[in-house]
Order: sequence, then structure tokens, then C-alpha cells
Amino acid sequence: MIETPTITPPKAAIPRGAMWRGLRANPLLAVGGGVVLLIVIVAIFAPLVAPFPADAGTATHPFEVLKAPSAAHWFGTDQVGRDILSRVMVGARVSPVIAVIVLALACLVGIPLGVAAGFLGGWVDEVIMRVTDVFLAFPPLLLALALAAVLPASLTSLTIAIAAVWWPWYVRLLRGQAASVAGRPYVEACRALGISRLSIIFRHILPNSITPVLVQVSLDVGGVILTASALSFLGLGAQDPVPDWGLMVAEGQNYFTPDWWLVTFPGLAILVTAFAFNLLGDGLRDLFDPRRSFLR
Amino acid sequence: MTGNNRAVTGRLAISDLTIRFGSRQVVAIDGLRLDHAEILGLAGESGSGKSMTTLAVLGLAHTVGANVSGSIRLDGQELTGLSQEDLRAIRGRRIAAIFQNPSTAFNPVYRVGTIMTRALALHGATKSEAADRATDAMRQVLLQPDLMRRYPSQLSGGQLQRVAIALAVALRAEVLLADEPTSALDVTVQAEVLDLLRDLRESIGMSILFISHDLAVVAELCDRVAVMRQGLIVEQGPAGQVLSAPANPYTIELLESVPKLAGTT
Repeated sequence: MIETPTITPPKAAIPRGAMWRGLRANPLLAVGGGVVLLIVIVAIFAPLVAPFPADAGTATHPFEVLKAPSAAHWFGTDQVGRDILSRVMVGARVSPVIAVIVLALACLVGIPLGVAAGFLGGWVDEVIMRVTDVFLAFPPLLLALALAAVLPASLTSLTIAIAAVWWPWYVRLLRGQAASVAGRPYVEACRALGISRLSIIFRHILPNSITPVLVQVSLDVGGVILTASALSFLGLGAQDPVPDWGLMVAEGQNYFTPDWWLVTFPGLAILVTAFAFNLLGDGLRDLFDPRRSFLR
Repeated sequence: MTGNNRAVTGRLAISDLTIRFGSRQVVAIDGLRLDHAEILGLAGESGSGKSMTTLAVLGLAHTVGANVSGSIRLDGQELTGLSQEDLRAIRGRRIAAIFQNPSTAFNPVYRVGTIMTRALALHGATKSEAADRATDAMRQVLLQPDLMRRYPSQLSGGQLQRVAIALAVALRAEVLLADEPTSALDVTVQAEVLDLLRDLRESIGMSILFISHDLAVVAELCDRVAVMRQGLIVEQGPAGQVLSAPANPYTIELLESVPKLAGTT
């Protein structure tokens, strides 16, 4: 349907249903969003829907050890007889939650610093960006590994270690955006109107430069989950009996042949989650991209 | 520069103004005034210092890294040396500015009306007062007040430039700095905006500093003209006189650069 321009405008500036049209035009976004939603639901209701909720913890079942997938245990059982399906489901509360906390911390640090650097410029910009460069100089996984190794092995340390290597990317991203928005005529117009700097930052710079960050965050969820899993795999994060996917893969690798299911199902959970968030991020980027905007 | 005490009077009076980037002097103006209800054209080629002069009047030259010294008076009040806090109260409220490209001069995430009422509230209007004044101003620039509900991207360039002017009207600005306000608009829209500026001068006595490199437009609109070159004012006087009988060789050169249609003189 083509809308003809009219003299008296419709009240709603963005046509209603634009979101839905966007979803339909972009099935990958719908798939990614759907899977993410499913993961969130599983995470919330895991103790209720998991067939053996107690297996997420310290339970042991000596007679059920290393059973192959069956009707009773869809994903099989692990080396102490715990139901892997239950552990994977409860595991949706571990690394995805870590990812959310890590990204929230990274945004909390990265966004203000990025805006300050991009908008204020000068020596503020120099100081912030040089410090950021120092962090960016290290390979992220290596730096996170070093930090996690220094801190006592726990989920909190893991979260802190990953957040500490993640924020500099957001500073970079937002600084570029903020600097470009700061040079736009409407910011000059704001100054000419006598609007204060704080108000310019919050009402004009931030809303116009935040979109790429939102997209990057959704793309990064997968990355953080992979990093957290890698660190847990190396024994630096979650400790048994926490049903962290990365840790489950690590513990299962001793049994990989012939008991393949110990590694495969937690590994698939990591894969699917990371992939779904990537699809979501890609879809959001297309949706917000003015050159390919579905909001027109 | 000869620092003299020759009093320059008028609503906006600039004397002994110099603008520097480091050691490089880009503008040196001694004696430029804008009277009540007057339209003064500031003409000159690109890089002649026209826009830097407006930035200095707004007290914003430091944001691009320039140093300003000299005197800029608004109704006798000295503006140079005022704190940013005091200047903020004057910018917008008493001296308003409109820019070359209206489509980028508005934040795309807010409705036009929101932008207007916020600017008014910033300068002391209550919420209902701000809405009333914005509506009145929209009518005064011959726009439907309905348009305030739209986003900037839903208005044309000409409409947006009118909104920018409406904002200056709503703020009851005494001086309007118009930096190439019609250069980005097509010719018919340009004529409408020029008519509007002329009307505002008549109806509310607004003083307008009209910056342009388009001498045809300057000739049509302005009472007086100042011609700038390399940061200096090379000639200044009534528009008719400067443009029909230019005294300065640069003005002559500038006038000869205006393309003419064959057969017209």
C-alpha cells in the first residue's frame, strides 16, 4: 500500500504497525527475537518446567550415571547421574544473565565516557581515549583471563573481569557518534538558543547517538556468553555444581568419547543462544539503518 | 587597527572587533551597526569572515577555537566579556539565529512543537504560555499551527526555515542573525522567506543581519550593505548606493561576478 502525502498530517508520526511490517520484511529478526524470547521464558520458569530441578544442584544418582539420551532423560545424564536437560534449562539463568550484567556495566561506564569524549573534545577526549586505547591494546579474552585469574574464581569475578574488557568498545563507538552529532547544525542551533550543555547532551547528543550502541549490545550478548563460557571452561568462572554451560562442556570433555551427549547439549545451548542474539542484533541494525529503514 | 573612541551606536554595534585563531587574525571589524527595524546585508565571498562574525555576536566563537576581543554592544550593553551564563540568557531570547540548512538545524527525534515550546520555557515562559506563543508565531510566519505536531523530517526546507523564524518571533528576539538563510532553498521558497523577513521588520521592528554571498538577494532585501573581504569591511553604505555605484574595487569585482541573463542590463 502506498501512502499519498496529505496536507493535514496524520497525528502519529511513525505509522502504526511499522514494527510489524519491519518484522515481516525481516524474518531473521523475527526468528532471532523468537528464540531469545524462548530463552528468557525458559530462564524464568526453569525450576518449574525442568524435569529434574534438583539435578541443577548437588544431587547425585549413582545408578543413572552416563545414561544415553532416552525418553526419561532427553539429553542423557552426566558423570554423577544428573539430568542434562534440566541442567541446560537452569543454565539459561547463568551465562545469559552474566551477559546482561556485563553489558549493563559496560554501558554504564562506556556511554558517559564516550559522550564526554566526543562532545567535549580537547584534553578530556585525549585522556579518555588514551586510557581506552590501553585497554584495547590487549586481546580481550587474554585480558579477561588475566583479570579472572587474579580474582577468586566465582561468577562475580567472572562478570567483573569481562565487563572490564568490554567497556572500551562502547567508548569508541559512542565517541565517534557523539562527535559527529555534536557537529550537526541543530546542536549549534541549540547553543544559539542558549540551551545549557547538560541539556544538549541529554536531549540532543544522547538520543541521536545511542542507536548503534543498542544494536552493538544485542550483537554482543552472544560474544559475552562465548567469553564467559570460555572462562568457565578454563575453570575461572562458575564452579561445580553451578549448571553453567561452559563449565558443563569443560567437565564433559573427559567423557566425550563415547558419551558425546555431555558436551554436545550444553555446547548447542551456547551456540543457539549466541546465534539468536546475533540474528536479533543484525535485524535491529537493519531496522534502525536509515538507508534501509522500514519505518518510512 | 586604530583603536579609536568613535562611538558606534545602534541596536547592535560592533567596534574594534578582532577574531583570531592563535596568532592568525581572521576578522577585524571597526564600526558596524544594525539599527532598529533595519535589514543589514553582510556580503562577501566564502571565508571572508561573515559567519565568524555572527558566531562572535552570539558569543560562540570560542566553541570553534577562536579568540574574540573588542566590543559588541546590544542596546548599549557590552556583550564581549560577559559570562557564558549571562550570554545564554541573551542568546535566543534577545539575539536569535537562523542557519543555512534548515533540514539539519532541527533535532530529528523531537516534534517541531516540542522544540519550540522547550526553547520558550528555557527563556522563562510557562507551559501554556509557551504553547500559545508558539502557535501565534506559527500563524505569523503563515504556517498551520498543526505542523507543530510533526517531526522535522516531515516538513519541507522552506517550512522548516519558517519554523526557525517563528521560533525567533516567539522568543521576541530583537535581533535576528540570518546566516545564508535562503541558500539551501529553491528560488520560489527563497522569495517567500525573504518576504517574511521583510514583514517581520515592518510588523515587529525586528533588526536583521542578513548574511549572504548572493548579491541579487542582498540588493532586493537590504537597507544597507557591508561588503567583507578577508575579514575586513571594505565598503559599507545604503544598498542602492553600494550596489549601483560601488567605490571599492573588490565590490566591483564581486558585482561583476554575478551572472547576468543575456539582454538584461
